[in-house]
Amino acid sequence: MSDMTAPDLTWRAWLLTDAPTSRRHAQLASFYQGWLSLRSNTMAMFGLGILIFLLLVALFAPFIAPYDPFVQSLGNRLQPMGAEGHLLGTDSLGRDILSRLIYGSRITLYIVALVALIAPVAGLLVGTVAGYAGGWTDTILMRITDIFLAFPRLVLALAFVAALGAGIENAVLAISLTAWPPYARIARAETLTIRSSDYISAIRLQGAGALRIITKHIWPLCISSLIVRVTLDMAGIILAAAGLGFLGLGAQPPSPEWGAMISEGRRFILDHWWVATVPGLAIFTVSLAFNLLGDGLRDVLDPKDGGQ
Amino acid sequence: MAVTDTTEGRRRAPLVPWIKGALLTLGSVAVTMLGLLFVTFIIGRVMPIDPVLAIVGERASQSTYDAVYQQLGLDKPLLVQFLYYLWDVVRGDFGMSLLNARPVSEDIARVFPATLELATLGVFIGIVLGVPLGVIAAVRRGSWIDQIARVVALVGYSMPIFWLGLMGLLVFYGILGWVGGPGRLDIFYQDIVPSRTGMILVDSAIAGDWSVFRNAFSHIVLPAALLGYYSLAYISRMTRSFMLEQLSAEYVTTARVKGMSERAVIWRHAFRNIRVQLITVIALSYANLLEGSVLTEIIFSWPGIGSYITTALLSADMNAVLGGTVVVGLIFICLNILSDLLYRVFDPRSK
Repeated sequence: MSDMTAPDLTWRAWLLTDAPTSRRHAQLASFYQGWLSLRSNTMAMFGLGILIFLLLVALFAPFIAPYDPFVQSLGNRLQPMGAEGHLLGTDSLGRDILSRLIYGSRITLYIVALVALIAPVAGLLVGTVAGYAGGWTDTILMRITDIFLAFPRLVLALAFVAALGAGIENAVLAISLTAWPPYARIARAETLTIRSSDYISAIRLQGAGALRIITKHIWPLCISSLIVRVTLDMAGIILAAAGLGFLGLGAQPPSPEWGAMISEGRRFILDHWWVATVPGLAIFTVSLAFNLLGDGLRDVLDPKDGGQ
Repeated sequence: MAVTDTTEGRRRAPLVPWIKGALLTLGSVAVTMLGLLFVTFIIGRVMPIDPVLAIVGERASQSTYDAVYQQLGLDKPLLVQFLYYLWDVVRGDFGMSLLNARPVSEDIARVFPATLELATLGVFIGIVLGVPLGVIAAVRRGSWIDQIARVVALVGYSMPIFWLGLMGLLVFYGILGWVGGPGRLDIFYQDIVPSRTGMILVDSAIAGDWSVFRNAFSHIVLPAALLGYYSLAYISRMTRSFMLEQLSAEYVTTARVKGMSERAVIWRHAFRNIRVQLITVIALSYANLLEGSVLTEIIFSWPGIGSYITTALLSADMNAVLGGTVVVGLIFICLNILSDLLYRVFDPRSK
């Protein structure tokens, strides 16, 4: 292993020290130890590998994809898998399925990234404010959270998309609107335990205001449990987005969104099964990867649930 | 438990907080329901579809338009409109469907039994397979059966349900021909048995018409197995972690030291203690099936509430969409309360 070379060894020793010399040093050391324990989890590394692969595919889509994902070739429609020049065959308009799959990874990552930005941040805001302020603010904010939690997720997303109009951005918005309440719950629970700790009292005595305490001292401590939850939620988000795409309410044609591709292939499923099968496998692989990585991250960042 | 106490004061005391707790729960339920109705109301108002135009059509004169506008109460303040809406919902009036000009509530009452039948069979499969799988996985922790249970759950969490349904149809209906295709019955068997409950399996069993029953079963078995698989993934996972918690408790060690058989330790002691938590999990997964069957119903052309909402959505029939959303939301809340109440009643610790 490359770790055994001399400079690496000293780096390792520096990172694994029991007595960090600075704040940055301690942060790096704890990060490295977390990474080591994550690395020993084969399944989590497998998931991470798939996700890195997906990221690379999305980044270099124009270079990898053998064809333009939008160019139709009606003489060449519904070619089987392994047909000449079309590894995964072609769809009902003669478009190369592999190329569409490759470009579709961009849409999947786009949706995931947007939801992962919107929902946890909204939840974090609501949860920490509720937890820190307490009293009426807490009651009202948590009541609103409960109302959104009480809604069945997909049905609520359907209703929102109906109100906002079909499209990929609206699908993202609808999914985020249904996804934030659990984050608010988590952030509030964390805030409640942190709020009464001595160091917060100490900072408050020094004159720190609520804004400073929440943003500088409570948020950083909520992050790790939120990251775990976000990673585990990603699978659900991908499935929800694909479901909306499948219903024709997410990404609109001719966009090569995977759910929409399944919906398109559904009409020919009995004679041309690969058209709907391949994108489904892609969705499954990616959400599986997020689940595997999320499980591993939970063991590292949240040891109290570990091994259960 | 209060029953074992002898003094008068002690016996009465636990009841008061219980009633207080129940009242608090009821209050918060009422608030949640109000919130749910408010959200659907707002969705209905920000909708890009003009409800008046949808009724009068594009060629109506301005005076007709205004008349309908007033008739719908759209000239009143938003809060007043919301109160009207509340009053309508309380009376079970969700307005008229634009598609077939029938009351939405009637439509929902007609389609709901199909969803109920499917979800019930699905959650039944989930319980029958998921609970034993979870218990065995916990008892034989780390064994091959635990690994299988882990993979089953992981795949269940990661699989797009509509795709798995399509593949199921392709293999078991298209290629093997083992099950009935989409829909609830073959056309040949339709409208033979009188509809009493709206659930064909039940209706045909009541009528004693077993050929219809068999046909209905061949149609429901695939979607129900699909939904069952999803609740199985969840139920087995939760059962396993509840059981692990119990099996590491000291009373289990004591029972084993006493020489009690392993079976008695597992089922009579550990399992008894997780029943209450299990009921909550099952209620939740039932609620999820009732709502999560939207995509399954589409794939299998199952005429339930999920297909109803989606069809209405695609044809911009807003009353139907919102009515369906409200009904599903209310059922969801009710099942949550039910599991909460069961928890209170059966678990002495929660008092």
